[in-house]
Amino acid sequence: MTIPRGKVVAIMGISGGGKTTTLRLIGGQVKASSGTVLVDGRDVAKLQGQALYDLRRRMGMLFQFGALFTDMSVYDNVAFQMREHTDLPADLIHDLVMMKLHAVGLRGVAHLMPSELSGGMARRVALARAVALDPMLIMYDEPFAGLDPISLSIIGELIRTLNDALGASSIIVTHDVQESLKIVDYIYFVSGGRIVAEGTADEIRQSQAEYVHQFIWGEADGPVAFHYPASPYRDEIHVVAGHA
Amino acid sequence: MLDRLANGLRWLGKRVNDRIWRLGFASRFLLMTLVYSGTALRRFFLTVREIYFTGVLSLIIILVSGLFVGMVLGLQGYDTLQRYGSSEALGVLVALSLVRELGPVVAALLFASRAGSAITAEIGLMKATEQLSAMEMMAVNPIARVVAPRFWAGVISMPLLAGLFSAMGVLGGYLVGVRLIGVDEGSFWSQMQASVDFREDVLNGVIKSFVFGVIVSWIAVFEGYDAEPTAEGVSGATTRTVVTSSLAILAADFILTAFMFRGA
Repeated sequence: MTIPRGKVVAIMGISGGGKTTTLRLIGGQVKASSGTVLVDGRDVAKLQGQALYDLRRRMGMLFQFGALFTDMSVYDNVAFQMREHTDLPADLIHDLVMMKLHAVGLRGVAHLMPSELSGGMARRVALARAVALDPMLIMYDEPFAGLDPISLSIIGELIRTLNDALGASSIIVTHDVQESLKIVDYIYFVSGGRIVAEGTADEIRQSQAEYVHQFIWGEADGPVAFHYPASPYRDEIHVVAGHA
Repeated sequence: MLDRLANGLRWLGKRVNDRIWRLGFASRFLLMTLVYSGTALRRFFLTVREIYFTGVLSLIIILVSGLFVGMVLGLQGYDTLQRYGSSEALGVLVALSLVRELGPVVAALLFASRAGSAITAEIGLMKATEQLSAMEMMAVNPIARVVAPRFWAGVISMPLLAGLFSAMGVLGGYLVGVRLIGVDEGSFWSQMQASVDFREDVLNGVIKSFVFGVIVSWIAVFEGYDAEPTAEGVSGATTRTVVTSSLAILAADFILTAFMFRGA
């Protein structure tokens, strides 16, 4: 799997297929049992301590439900990394925070606490926080989950715009096929920890691969079985017709 | 029969093994907390903020409890002492009971219930809502930024709260003994002043409360950090903090008392 600079790449697949684990591997939160993960030419598994933290400073990650710090205001959330990693004066941090919040359209909520935001707004604030230090790589873990259609569309637009404005690379782990196809450059389908299909948005739309077809059209029947593996159904049913 | 016995022994062995493993993990966690305490001490405002949440917000329960414990000591102490015609020693009894034992121990038990459980729940929920993971991904060590300030806030707050508990207790004993029952005010204060030794009694009480502060804070931050990231996990961790802290405080109190007040 390759994520080129400046591109937005989606990783899709069923739940439990290894999508979020892929992001954690890239971020160095889990180590690969086999294979290598190279970020900017550096093997993440071999980095430890400060070297790993130095690499992470150049990454941004948007968690599934934002993961905003609930004991801090929106402003402090966005300013968090600037305060932790830079010696910038407070007034410059203020301007940068306002620019980031303006980019996601939420300059007006800087004083609010995360508990006062809607789900979509929290996700946008988390996006502003993820790009606070202008990262080279932005990772999104289910950015569209649980959003109304308007918020969903706004987040999709923002992902594309921010990626292009920052000249960054973006990886989106998502189930949302239709929204992703609008904004991404390339798509990987993963299942059971393996890539089962890949291509550009147009290639995926026209794909005849069974897995891709089932996923895009949300069909119950296909390579992804509806039933989780279990013992024969007959063995589980104790009351058999005629013997009741 | 033998099978059941073997299974029982196996179960017991596994439980003991798990407990020892967890104690080792908790010890390593404490070591990590101490190693990464630089941020908490260098940027002391982070610790001061936590002192407000753990210490200052525990003041009401500590002060009110201290007052009532002192008042009860006044009543019970007078009832016992007057049988031996030494009711004027009430001040000594109240002060020594509070400074040596009840102040550090009861304040620590209250602190574990009020602040320890809150610390565990907060860190546990931060873990469950991926805030700790987010911090790690922002290249900020959660042990340095979240755990260490809370740990030191507890360690610093505990002796201060125990001191305030004892002071309120003495006031409660005075109100009941002198103002209500009519014990001689001069005897109450002068005997207390003459019999309570700063090093032997007060300092040992402070040392006790410091040790209890370390124990409660350590258990609270560890249980929060190690909590299963689910509602049940956080709930279980909070309960464990209160139960384990309380038992550890009482056990440590016995050991410290045995060393501190041998025949004194």
